[in-house]
Amino acid sequence: MQKGPFVLERSGLLQLLQALKAKGYLTLGPTVREGAIVYDQLSRLEDLPIGYTDHQEGGTYRLRRRGDEALFGYNVGPHSWKRFLHPPILRLFRARKINGGFEFEHEAEALPNYAFIGVRACELLAIRVQDQVFLGGAYQDPHYKARRERVFIVAVNCTQAGNTCFCASVQSGPKAQAGFDLALTEVLEGDRHYFVGEVGSERGAEVLGEIPHRAALPSEVAQAEAKVAQATRQMGRSLATEGLKEMLYQNLEHPRWEQVAARCLSCGNCTQVCPTCFCTSVEDHTDLSGVAERTRRWDSCFTADFSYLHGGSVRVSTKARYRQWLTHKLATWQDQFGMLGCVGCGRCITWCPVGIDLTEEVAAMRGAHV
Amino acid sequence: MSKAGLEHYLGEHPFFRGMRPKDLAWLAELAEPLALEVGDYLYREGDESKDFYLIQEGLVRLEIHTPGRGELVIQTLGPGEVLGWSVMLPETRKTFDARIFQATRLLAFDAAAVRKHSEEDHHFGYELCKRFSRVIGERLQATRLRLLDLYGQPH
Amino acid sequence: MVNPISYTPGQDPMQPRPFRVVRAIRETADVVTLELEAQSGPPLAFQPGQFTMLYVFGVGEVPISISGDPHKPARLVQTIRRVGLVTEALCKLGRGDVVGVRGPFGSHWPLEQARGGDVVIVAGGIGLPPLRPAIYHILHQRQDYGRVYLLYGARTPADLLFPEELKRWQHTLAHAPGASPVRVTVDRAEGGWDGAVGVVTSLIPVLPIDPLRTTALMVGPEVMMRFTISELRKRGIPEENLYLSMERNMKCAVGFCGHCQYGPHFICKDGPVLAFPRVRDWITRKEV
Repeated sequence: MQKGPFVLERSGLLQLLQALKAKGYLTLGPTVREGAIVYDQLSRLEDLPIGYTDHQEGGTYRLRRRGDEALFGYNVGPHSWKRFLHPPILRLFRARKINGGFEFEHEAEALPNYAFIGVRACELLAIRVQDQVFLGGAYQDPHYKARRERVFIVAVNCTQAGNTCFCASVQSGPKAQAGFDLALTEVLEGDRHYFVGEVGSERGAEVLGEIPHRAALPSEVAQAEAKVAQATRQMGRSLATEGLKEMLYQNLEHPRWEQVAARCLSCGNCTQVCPTCFCTSVEDHTDLSGVAERTRRWDSCFTADFSYLHGGSVRVSTKARYRQWLTHKLATWQDQFGMLGCVGCGRCITWCPVGIDLTEEVAAMRGAHV
Repeated sequence: MSKAGLEHYLGEHPFFRGMRPKDLAWLAELAEPLALEVGDYLYREGDESKDFYLIQEGLVRLEIHTPGRGELVIQTLGPGEVLGWSVMLPETRKTFDARIFQATRLLAFDAAAVRKHSEEDHHFGYELCKRFSRVIGERLQATRLRLLDLYGQPH
Repeated sequence: MVNPISYTPGQDPMQPRPFRVVRAIRETADVVTLELEAQSGPPLAFQPGQFTMLYVFGVGEVPISISGDPHKPARLVQTIRRVGLVTEALCKLGRGDVVGVRGPFGSHWPLEQARGGDVVIVAGGIGLPPLRPAIYHILHQRQDYGRVYLLYGARTPADLLFPEELKRWQHTLAHAPGASPVRVTVDRAEGGWDGAVGVVTSLIPVLPIDPLRTTALMVGPEVMMRFTISELRKRGIPEENLYLSMERNMKCAVGFCGHCQYGPHFICKDGPVLAFPRVRDWITRKEV
């Protein structure tokens, strides 16, 4: 097993993709689509967002040319890996009418082995957070588990940070610490374009063994570290986590909730782009042939239906829904799962149509100058 | 029950608990035990408020007669409960019938005497007023709760 | 490479098991009790206070509390009030129909902890069914408990559930002759009602109990439970001995769907039965 840091040339990344495919993995990674970097199937390096970066601000996301050939020169887009581990729509079961009653059909689900290429440090933590939700309690979600157990993770450290990023302040990044099979840092230096890598698992070492690589020189490691350190310095936002839970519990009636609710459209974008939001609803369907099925789909605590209790919704106001979302992420999540529900990726800020910024809301409630 | 026994009984009762021994002695002196049978009226709508009552046993219904609908039951009061908070106010009249629904034993306290004693001894009167205030509050709260129709079908 | 994976009820808490209706009892105008038997596999053992998710073919699934005897698990007994689409479909089921069942789920009444002391059970409206298994359990081990009272408030006499059992419990729950352990009150007396009229909370101040050794179990509308807690606290029952069963929207019953969150609690898995101190900071807050 490769012990120390290694170097993979740019061409080595293609060989990594090919090696993973040869092992039966469906390789998924960043690609440009409809003006955004999303996660989809990767078959060649040209599928990657070569030379693109993403300019992000509250309510703003724009792709821009970098002026170089970086493969991972962006931060995060609207997708997160949860769409593969915790699919947006999933059939839970089918049932068929038979002689007066009905029976459940237990059919096998065909599931690929996923290889995630380009997982950010914040997203690694998001996966760990969802592991806790779906696998950490008395009940385990077998759908999540089946997907999760098989996934191969190639993390790619951020070498720049966006304006809505705050992973450094919630200690999730920018450097991947654990939870990957391989972790890479992309280095563009003069004519050279290579990756400094780290092995995180036996599986990772095995795959690495199949592709050309060499031990990294101290100067190369230093280059990579400098790039990651640059990302830390660039963080556009920060969230003070000290005493956060207690602060929110003491401020459940703070006037700020009313103020933010006046801007919030209750659209649920933040929950859809959030890599840790896990809520779902179910839908039941029947067809004329006597088959019923039940599907599970992502839901959002911003809908009126979410808290429906015979007769009406519990959370009628936008204020209550925003408060539920924010206090869940940052406070009740800690009681429920022993960790923050926020990983500092900034997606909820970027993709909010009116640019609501949770770091700003928290700072305001803390009484800090915004 | 002997006068001493009655004094002790009143002192232990949640309504009177905490009053001065001399107040309890005065009330024990005033208390008039009554026994009523099913169907008896303790008082009727329009009667002058002459007493207040401490129910020891049985069940008393507060009713009002409505043409075409008969007797509507507003509330029932049972052992331990106090009936007749309006005695602290002079010249009031009963707004409901109080009818015995299960054989009832109670203690009656003369309203005029209570009012007179309260005027002479404001400490006594104040203590009693506090206790009636609690009773009124409880009745009001119960009424409000029933107004909510909590068990009804959601709409 | 594609891996075929199949999910079965044993491994997947989201997969129902088919149960057949062996008896449907119309309790009141809008409440039905279903007695169910597993079509295959073991019966559904449960603790008093737990619930299941009942699935009606093609219509949907709802959480329903178990109202049967925990010592007789062969027959799963559930009492349903018609309030929406799925409960309406459940209330229309008859003998021979099939429903999907998941569970049992959730926390249970602290009946072990309550042993040796007095027990006050407060039910409002449709709150009685989830308490009935606790009453059955106490009746099975009556000598383990002190004075036991059931305070039950309903809208009208016609809405009273399990009237025959209420009469029976008046004797079987009694710790001593004439104890009158079952105290029923209605909001509106109609017909030949010969009992109490008023709110259930008004029965609490005069209850002969030993407060420091009393455990209270309550189910009803949230407002009713708030007032009940207030009265029970006035009696000096320690807050940690007050237990209530909460209700929130539920889709999964196992903590995955997020719908039933109530502050830091998932009502489905941390509840539905919660000790009062766990909800004290939330229960008077709006829109939680």
